[in-house]
Amino acid sequence: MDRKKRDQAYNKYVNAKIPKTRPWPSLFNSFWVGGVICCLGQGINDLILLWFPQMAEQSAWGYTLIVLIFFASFLTGIGVYDKIGKFAGGGSIVPITGFSNSISSAALEFKNEGIIYGMCVKMFTIAGPVIVVGVVASIVVGIIYLFI
Amino acid sequence: MMKGQTIFFNNKPVITGAYSIVGPKEGGGNFGEYFDYVMKDDRFGEETYEKAERKMIHQAISGAIEKSKIKVADIDLILAGDLLNQIISSSYAARDFDVAFLGIFGACSTIAESLAMAGCLINGKQCKNVVCSTSSHFSTAERQFRFPLELGNQRPPTSQWTVTGAGGLVVSQKGHGPVLASATFGKVVDWGIKDVNNMGAAMAPAAMDTMLAHFRDTGRSPEDYDLIVTGDLGKLGSEILIDLLEDNGIKLGLNYNDCGQMYFTRKQATLCGGSGCACSATVLNAYIIKKLIKKEYKRVLFMPTGALMSTTASQQGDSIPGVCHAIVLECEEE
Repeated sequence: MDRKKRDQAYNKYVNAKIPKTRPWPSLFNSFWVGGVICCLGQGINDLILLWFPQMAEQSAWGYTLIVLIFFASFLTGIGVYDKIGKFAGGGSIVPITGFSNSISSAALEFKNEGIIYGMCVKMFTIAGPVIVVGVVASIVVGIIYLFI
Repeated sequence: MMKGQTIFFNNKPVITGAYSIVGPKEGGGNFGEYFDYVMKDDRFGEETYEKAERKMIHQAISGAIEKSKIKVADIDLILAGDLLNQIISSSYAARDFDVAFLGIFGACSTIAESLAMAGCLINGKQCKNVVCSTSSHFSTAERQFRFPLELGNQRPPTSQWTVTGAGGLVVSQKGHGPVLASATFGKVVDWGIKDVNNMGAAMAPAAMDTMLAHFRDTGRSPEDYDLIVTGDLGKLGSEILIDLLEDNGIKLGLNYNDCGQMYFTRKQATLCGGSGCACSATVLNAYIIKKLIKKEYKRVLFMPTGALMSTTASQQGDSIPGVCHAIVLECEEE
């Protein structure tokens, strides 16, 4: 048997042998944890508008994001967010709190290599691609918007 | 002389000292009671995990020398390696010993590579005492190969947990302890697995290749051993190895197991089990060698496996090559 065929046959055999993840419990956990995070965001937004009635709704959104980002970062720092992430998967990655976690976890990890070459350089190792994709997508959408 | 891939050590190099040090999670695992030293925390009183790993390997080397009751001045050579780039844990630890040093890399098979080389040097009477050592650390391996520790991601079901620990052994011409009977040097084998979270499947063909070579060169079969143990194939990898060998007409029985698979308890949730250089090295030093000294095992086939992976090569789409070296350990004759 030639090498390519052997490798293909082996990969096929291995894929059939890999323990399967159970999607429904994972989906359920990520759904409810993600939902709770979003509800918390809405709650924070409502509280801000209640306490500062003169504030424009759009500024309140900004402050809500700041509060969420702060708490996710704080929970990352005290070693709790990775435990939530292990349990909830996508539920805690998709909201903005996941983005905050990806930056603060990388910053923490590389702080020993110095502020500039460690923390600042490596801070965006996980979040960087997300930012790039976001920027490129908005350019594409912007160009489409220009013509319609 | 080498027969096929195997060298027989007729002058019987002796393992006169073996020392193991592990992290707290490992201490709570299935071999917890056997380790020489269990650290209270992963940092081991150091600022960084890299420095902690270095300190572990330092302690493993000192501990092994102390146990073999020889002086540092009597050591001819230190053979050591680890997983970090430029094997810094080993070479930086070695600068504190006034002994000649050879750094080696065989990924998680490093301890077998160093033992095989030590066996050759002692058997050929080139050296009197050689130290073999290796280490791995969960937190240093994660940051080099995977993600930041605090990132809230989920681990795939085939992933394994890098063992935090270090092992050191002294191999001597004279003394008491288990003997190195032979070593089978493995080829680099790659059957096209690209998934960096499935090391067991990537390394299993290498383990099969070395095992077939070993049985061919020695004329033995699995029944000739009290224990056949692979390094860190994990739960999935060892199942694959059993299947692969069956395809080649060799049936592994109850005397076969895998260090990675045995390492942690079910509750510790390490998915496919332990991995890393220290996985096989600490099981060897803490458990297998003690059983050989007590003569509960007469002959053991010790086969650590290594995934010779680099993140750069993997990101460039390369598959993962594996290697496995086999060492035969026998209990001391009366």
